[in-house]
Amino acid sequence: MKILLDLFITFAKMGAVTFGGGYAMLPILQREIVENKKWGTDEELADYYAIGQCTPGVIAVNVATFIGRKTAGNLGGVVATLGVVFPSLMIIVLLAGVIQAYSSLEWVKHAFAGVRVCVCVLIFNAVIKLFSKAIIDRRTMGIYLLVLAGSVFLNLSPVLFVVMAGLAGVILKVWVK
Amino acid sequence: MMMLYAKLFWEFFQTGLFAVGGGMATLPFLYSISDRTGWFTHEQLADMIAVSESTPGAIGVNMATYSGYITAGLPGAVISTAGLITPSIIVILLVAAFLNAFHENRYVVGAFYGLRPASSAMITAAGLILARVVFFFGDFSGGNVNVKAVILAGLLLVFTHTIAFTRKLHPVIWIAFSAAVGIVFEF
Repeated sequence: MKILLDLFITFAKMGAVTFGGGYAMLPILQREIVENKKWGTDEELADYYAIGQCTPGVIAVNVATFIGRKTAGNLGGVVATLGVVFPSLMIIVLLAGVIQAYSSLEWVKHAFAGVRVCVCVLIFNAVIKLFSKAIIDRRTMGIYLLVLAGSVFLNLSPVLFVVMAGLAGVILKVWVK
Repeated sequence: MMMLYAKLFWEFFQTGLFAVGGGMATLPFLYSISDRTGWFTHEQLADMIAVSESTPGAIGVNMATYSGYITAGLPGAVISTAGLITPSIIVILLVAAFLNAFHENRYVVGAFYGLRPASSAMITAAGLILARVVFFFGDFSGGNVNVKAVILAGLLLVFTHTIAFTRKLHPVIWIAFSAAVGIVFEF
C-alpha cells in the first residue's frame, strides 16, 4: 500500500513539473527514478523509451506504466500512470474554465488569434522533426505522400490510414524486402 | 448523458490505441472527432494545442483532458483522459511480459516502418487545415492572405530555426510572444 502511494506521489510530482512530456521528461525521470528511488536503471529507461516509441499512446504514460509495473506489479503500473496524468487533469480543467469565461473579450480573441499562428509554426516544426526520422527511403516517402493526399482529399477516419500503413510496413519490410 | 460519456470514452480510446508517435499524433484524430461530432471547433482545437504546450504534462493527455472538458465538463475531462490512457496501459502491461522479443520482432519493426511516415503525413494534413484558417481566412483559393499572420509566422520560423540563442527556448515563450503580438497588433 505504501509503495503504491509512493508511486502515485512520485509520478504526480514529475507530471506537474514536466513541460512538453515525452523527451522533456527523461532527465527528470533519471533523477527521480534512477538516482533517488532506485526503481530502475538508465539502461531500463532507455529500453522503455524505445518501446514507448514502438507502441501506441503517449510516451510519458507508457514509461510510467512500465516502471510502476516493475516496482509493484500490474496495479503499480496503473497507479503510476494515474499519478502522471493527475496534475494535467487538474491544471487543464482549471485553465479551460478560465479561458471559456473570458473568451468573449476582444483582447482575449486577439491574443488567441496570435497564438494560432504560433501553433501553426509549432506543428510545422514537429513535422520537420518527425519527417527526418520517419522518411528514410523512397518507400516511406511514398507512404507519406499517399497518406497526406488521402488525409487532405478523402474524408476517411485516421484509424483506417494507421491500419493500412502498418500493414504496408509489414508487407514491404517482412515479405517483399 | 451516459451515452455521451460512453461515446467520449470510445472516441479517445481509439485515439489512444491508434495515435503513434507522441502528443501531436493525436491531432488528426481530434480533427476527425471535431468533424464527426461537433463537440468542439477547429479554432478551439488550435487553442487547446497552445494551452497543452504551455502547461506541464504530456501534450496528448492535456489535449484529451481539454477537449473532454469542453464537451462534457469535469466528468468529460476525466472520461476522455481515461479513454486515452487505457489502451496504453493494457498494451504496455502485455508488452512488458515479453519485453526484448517485442522491439526486435520483425513484424513490429515492419509495422512501424509504415506507421511513422503515415503519422507524419496525418500531422502535416492537420497543420494544413489550421494554416488555411490562419493564413487564408479559411479559403486557399480566395486570394485573401492574412499579412499580419504571415509576418508573425516568418519571424517565429527565424527564431526557432536560425538564431542559435532563441532556437533552444521553450515553445511556451513563443506562445506568450504571439499572444502579445496578437493583442498589440489586433489580429
